[in-house]
Amino acid sequence: MTGTIASVQGAAHTAVLGLGSYRPRRVVPNSVILEQIDSSDEWIRTRSGIRERRWAEPDETVLMMSVEAAKQALRDSGIDPAQIGCVVVATVTHLYQTPAIATRIAVEVGAPTAAAFDISAACAGFCYGVAMASDMVRGGSAKYVLAIGVERLSDITDRTDRGTAFIFADGAGAAVVGPSDEPGIGPVVWGSDGTQHALISQKESWQEAAGSFNWPHLTMDGNPVFRWASYEMAKAAQQALDVAGVSAEDLDLFVPHQANMRITDAMRRALKLPEHVKVARDIERQGNTSAASIPLAIEAMRESGEAKSGDLALIIGFGAGLVYAGQVIRIP
Amino acid sequence: MASTEEIRSNLAEIVNEIAGIPVEDVQLDKSFTDDLDVDSLSMVEVVVAAEEKFSVKIPDDEVKNLKTVGDAVAFIERAQNG
Ligand SMILES: CC(C)(COP(=O)(O)OP(=O)(O)OC[C@H]1O[C@@H](n2cnc3c(N)ncnc32)[C@H](O)[C@@H]1OP(=O)(O)O)[C@@H](O)C(=O)NCCC(=O)NCCS
Repeated sequence: MTGTIASVQGAAHTAVLGLGSYRPRRVVPNSVILEQIDSSDEWIRTRSGIRERRWAEPDETVLMMSVEAAKQALRDSGIDPAQIGCVVVATVTHLYQTPAIATRIAVEVGAPTAAAFDISAACAGFCYGVAMASDMVRGGSAKYVLAIGVERLSDITDRTDRGTAFIFADGAGAAVVGPSDEPGIGPVVWGSDGTQHALISQKESWQEAAGSFNWPHLTMDGNPVFRWASYEMAKAAQQALDVAGVSAEDLDLFVPHQANMRITDAMRRALKLPEHVKVARDIERQGNTSAASIPLAIEAMRESGEAKSGDLALIIGFGAGLVYAGQVIRIP
Repeated sequence: MASTEEIRSNLAEIVNEIAGIPVEDVQLDKSFTDDLDVDSLSMVEVVVAAEEKFSVKIPDDEVKNLKTVGDAVAFIERAQNG
């Protein structure tokens, strides 16, 4: 045994250098949902905060939405796309087992030889992607990483299911992660609880669905999910603040996964966030877009002027698995 | 051991904090959903807060039997004594 293996070192610190998003054109108000389920506009608004959501049209594919969001994030960062060393795409609605959609996105955005793969971490996908991107940059595996969250949940939602039809929606968000003089991405607090895998899941495997007329839609047991998200996730969010050494006083923005306005409110109460912390409420207009919801919500806050460059934001994603991930980031 | 009135008044504070219902409205004969506008999601929050406050466990199956404030207070008393 004489050979040795050299190792590389990456950047000391990382940051989100640019953000982008894509909202599908078609706005779907609650009245359209009510054509297929027994419910009311008032019930949907009070139980979820949702007034309208966006559903992608046929040309607004997972690829197309991702590329639009990614190009925006690249422009925002000022980074040459050829410098991107890896493309990570979080999604559960790219309906091909293989190949990953990430490789085609890499080609379309101008990083045709970058490493590229998809991850399945449901509504925690964006935070998983940012955490991995940050570690790749620090580890020296890539100088810059493009992390994307994209969903067409309308494709896997049963529009006649009262428990989910009004919640899920479509969109994409992207972040460029790279080296930074100061820490711009805090340590991730993440985990899973597979004992609760059945709470939100695809109804049947593709194999079981084959030959039947049953499309394997998403199913969800909403009430225990609400409890888990409101309380366990508030604890994880607090840990994400603690490990970043950021106090609630220093925080500017709270951007939890836009699952349900009531979960956001319960988390805000449990975290005892001070009045000055601005809370993302994009769910009202966007519905629950899973892996895309956090970057979409941040972009909405940047557009409205609520979020400013340099602000400290606590982000946390959580969902089917159950899985979660949260960190503090500085807004580019 | 906490008295019935102590439990009711602590529970009233929880309901007030979560659902904004005036403390004095939270009386034993009041129904959470029909009288106090505590919907099924607020009820989850009330249950979690009550479990913490009174150091008891309220199983999911039990929650649907807690129709009135009195039902909840009686359950908490039994759980604390049991
Ligand atoms: C889906 C959700 C809004 C349902 O609310 P809930 O209060 O748990 O609903 P329940 O199933 O307990 O039903 C409560 C009542 O509302 C009724 N109801 C359920 N769905 C309804 C609908 N779409 N419209 C009108 N009424 C409805 C039920 O029939 C029940 O009525 P009853 O008390 O008269 O029997 C809620 O559980 C939720 O949002 N959970 C979190 C889900 C989530 O965010 N998931 C994504 C995480 S990534």
